[in-house]
Amino acid sequence: MTGFGKYILFLGTLVVRMESFKTYYKLVLDECIQIGLKSVALVALVASFMGAVTTVQTAYNMVSPLIPRYVISQVVREMTILELAPTIIAVIFAGKVGSSMAGGLGTMRITEQIDALEVMGINSASYLVLPKIISSLLMYPLLVIVAGFSSLLAGYLVGGITGIITPTDYIYGIRFYFDDYSITFAMIKSFVFAFLISSISSFKGYYTVGGALEVGIATTAAVTTSVIAVLTADYLLAQLLYVR
Amino acid sequence: MLKVNHISKSFGGRPVIENISGEFQKGKTNLIIGASGTGKSVLLKCIVGLISPDVGNVFYDLRNFTEADKEMKAEIRREIGMLFQGGALFDSKNVQANVMFPLEVLKQMTMEEKLDRVNFCLQRVGLENVNKKMPSEISGGMKKRVGIARAIVNNPNYLFCDEPNSGLDPQTAIVIDDLIGEITHEFDITTIVVTHDMNSVMGIGERIMFLYKGKNLWEGSSKEIIHSDVEELNDFVFSNKVMQGIRNGK
Repeated sequence: MTGFGKYILFLGTLVVRMESFKTYYKLVLDECIQIGLKSVALVALVASFMGAVTTVQTAYNMVSPLIPRYVISQVVREMTILELAPTIIAVIFAGKVGSSMAGGLGTMRITEQIDALEVMGINSASYLVLPKIISSLLMYPLLVIVAGFSSLLAGYLVGGITGIITPTDYIYGIRFYFDDYSITFAMIKSFVFAFLISSISSFKGYYTVGGALEVGIATTAAVTTSVIAVLTADYLLAQLLYVR
Repeated sequence: MLKVNHISKSFGGRPVIENISGEFQKGKTNLIIGASGTGKSVLLKCIVGLISPDVGNVFYDLRNFTEADKEMKAEIRREIGMLFQGGALFDSKNVQANVMFPLEVLKQMTMEEKLDRVNFCLQRVGLENVNKKMPSEISGGMKKRVGIARAIVNNPNYLFCDEPNSGLDPQTAIVIDDLIGEITHEFDITTIVVTHDMNSVMGIGERIMFLYKGKNLWEGSSKEIIHSDVEELNDFVFSNKVMQGIRNGK
């Protein structure tokens, strides 16, 4: 509970004694490149494999001839939009971006770079962490959209190449009984996960005490804590947002 | 002038510095010396506000920094330059961006004015043609010089140096010491150097405060230190043979 209280206080420090809008604008743009653009390839690759595997596995488990083939792509669609794209990519995001945030801030802490900012009269938490959170909130939903498209496209290609499902059936299944609330739900999840991963990872890194060993420990803690928070939030959001 | 009044600080119930008072004079290189673990860096961090003292106050030219509101603290901090033990250069920025950083966030200047100021400071610390180099591409001594350039770029009234020559070879250490001394006199600033290097003490120490087990045990000049009758200070100062030779007139 002490750690949670400290985390809440940490979030409070992000919005006091802020720098100028111009300063944050530049920092946010830099972070968007680091967090977003440099993650696109990895996200697309992972999502493609997820889509391909989901298509093959669904087809393999559908043995009844009474079930139409387009159900395969319907299942792929629902799994991709609701879980694979926002949640599994969040785990990848925590591993890539969250660890980088914690490691970077931890190193800045132990090499006194954060102290240097404080001595200059700059709110180091706000200056260093707020742009990371804003950039994550901007870029992670876009990454989820990229992941969704990559996954569905990979399913389409694999289904067509292996003959599991025809392209016409696949497209039909994708559009069959499509509820656009799924997209809204995925975007809500994306914002929540982006906030959790970026803020928890930054918190773990910012309060690193010690040396290189502790930076490693903070980085590991950032990823594990973020993933647990994401999975907990995933369950809570499913419970909350699917009661309509 | 900078003044500390009855500063005490404990960590986990263990006192690290106790009831330290003293004055640090303008235009002089003031040294805080003592063995490792005596609280020198903690005192310095209390002075610059990185740590809040449990008891006591720090005065920057009669302005009470410890009890100042956020705006006043920010204003005083704009008058501070600090050189950290490892340089504390921002890894993601090149030398020029590191030195320019305080100007970027604290001053309203055109890019041309900022570049002129950065180049002036880099030249002043003896560095040229390193503007585009990253911190990882320069030596430890150069990092310290860049750290000094960053500390003075904002025309500070107070310069703080935490172990400025740790990890440097003796020759480079002397160069850094000399640079700190020159800058102090040239810009007429209040400089505080935390060190346990006796070369620094004898080289640039104009006013010296000796800490022993968290207490201010002695104050004086580098000339007076040789003839001190404080046993703990003598044990510290004359622990190496060179200093023993100086005492014995050899």
